[in-house]
Amino acid sequence: MSGAIAMQWSGAGDGAARFESKAATREAPLVKWIIIGVSLTFFAVFLLMPLVAVLVEALRKGWETYLTALLDPDALSAVKLTLIAAVIAVPLNLVFGVAAAWAIAKFEFRGKHFLITLIDLPFSVSPVIAGLIYVLVFGAQGWLGPWLSEHDIRIIFAVPGIVLATVFVTFPFVARELIPLMEAQGKEEEEAAVVLGANGWQTFWHVTLPNIKWGLMYGVILTNARAMGEFGAVSVVSGHIRGETNTLPLHVEILYNEYQFAAAFAVASLLAMLALVTLGLKTWVEHRAAAAHNERQDGTS
Amino acid sequence: MNAPARSFRVLPGFRLTLGYTLAYLSLIVLVPLAAVFLKTFTLTFDQFWAVVTAPRVVASYKLSFGMSLLAAAINAVFGLMLAWALVRYTFPGKKLIDALVDLPFALPTAVAGIALTALYAKNGWIGQLLEPLGIQVAFKPLGVLVALVFIGLPFVVRTVQPILEDLDTELEEAAASLGAQRWQIFRHVILPVLLPALLTGFALAFARAVGEYGSVIFIAGNIPMVSEITPLMIITKLEQYDYTGATAIAVVMLMFSFTLLLVINGLQAWTAKRTGRNR
Repeated sequence: MSGAIAMQWSGAGDGAARFESKAATREAPLVKWIIIGVSLTFFAVFLLMPLVAVLVEALRKGWETYLTALLDPDALSAVKLTLIAAVIAVPLNLVFGVAAAWAIAKFEFRGKHFLITLIDLPFSVSPVIAGLIYVLVFGAQGWLGPWLSEHDIRIIFAVPGIVLATVFVTFPFVARELIPLMEAQGKEEEEAAVVLGANGWQTFWHVTLPNIKWGLMYGVILTNARAMGEFGAVSVVSGHIRGETNTLPLHVEILYNEYQFAAAFAVASLLAMLALVTLGLKTWVEHRAAAAHNERQDGTS
Repeated sequence: MNAPARSFRVLPGFRLTLGYTLAYLSLIVLVPLAAVFLKTFTLTFDQFWAVVTAPRVVASYKLSFGMSLLAAAINAVFGLMLAWALVRYTFPGKKLIDALVDLPFALPTAVAGIALTALYAKNGWIGQLLEPLGIQVAFKPLGVLVALVFIGLPFVVRTVQPILEDLDTELEEAAASLGAQRWQIFRHVILPVLLPALLTGFALAFARAVGEYGSVIFIAGNIPMVSEITPLMIITKLEQYDYTGATAIAVVMLMFSFTLLLVINGLQAWTAKRTGRNR
């Protein structure tokens, strides 16, 4: 499922000249400009305009309303909860991603492809169902519901449920990024380190990690963006208690449904800026990764 | 797993990392997902069938699947054009546009939802242009389509783009030297190589669209029998504390998603075979 969001190792340079220089591989100027015109119009209408609309709507009633919406105690507690969810979900899935990639990329075992498919599962499950499964396990009517209420532990309609749902929807990102990368790099370097007397940790820390750091960072950026922006899964388990179990996206929904449009867009603009920072970092990491990749190629050839 | 193989295993940590992977995977994903299937066994088959074929639910399948297919088809056409423009042409702002294609992955779905609603409402930037033409998008099934096109676009662009970049120009040059027109070259030389990736992108966009919730519910209007998507039916049942009903619909969606996952895996294998590249 994640094929489309894997890092593009080769796409950093502009290779268009390769096609534009030869008559056989280029279109008539008219065709070229029609293709550019149509695709950019499509891009502008469907991707660019929503982004611009968020920023314009957020400031429609002026800076004062904008800042009031952001400094509202409920908004601040939503920021806090969003950060908590991300701070827990990202490291958990980071450790998992590294462990899974180590086992899958460095060793041969039966059922490997099936395991990769299972790791991909959360991508193909609707976010609403991601929330539902935890309600079925931990909810009042769920498997562990009676035991949990006996011990006065709340998971659903409370922070732990939100964290769990966030962990689920961001589950495969790091693993999906690292598995193909570590498979491509092989295991000779690590084996050399072990043969020379390094232990497992030293090998990972000094040999593997420097090789995978850009892929790792890429996975973390994607995980973090999704963790902070998740709506459907979190909405199911949250219970929408203002100031307690609302994340930023849920706070946007509440404000919007109360017809506080300017405030809703003000909070949404925070998330939109997060998205832009994510895309900026992502592009930067792609460039660094491509550079490191080329260096590696030069070094080995 | 047999003894001779183990003796060749130089690197440490296999048991630890695989054990941790399996334990974490089971705890977070497999056991909770199994809960959905076990919960439906509390229903008899007739009860299950009555829930998943109720008229309002069937109307939601038609809307969700129909609009998702249409959105994926629109994205296949325009996504291919955009990928083509990004790979083959130079034009101002290209790098920026290339980076922004991933916006739907990065922008929280709720934000996309309210932004699209604002754009396509009667007084919105696009809505007021369509109003005189008698076209209403927001709070209509057409609104669902717009939201699904938004979230699906990067899937097509990002699966087709790397294949286009790796394409050898020699075949095209050979075809041209044999007198083929540009369109014939595209149709008979380029498209067959692109097809598996294009279908993969289409299937990824389709799969994502069927399960999508956040960006759709704001713009859909959520009118029963008209503009309710299937994920919303699960939410509606949950809000009525009808957990078994919600679970039954979830099972139908999961079966569909898993089937599509297998199809996508097959398509990716086909892409790899056609182009000699991994994923």
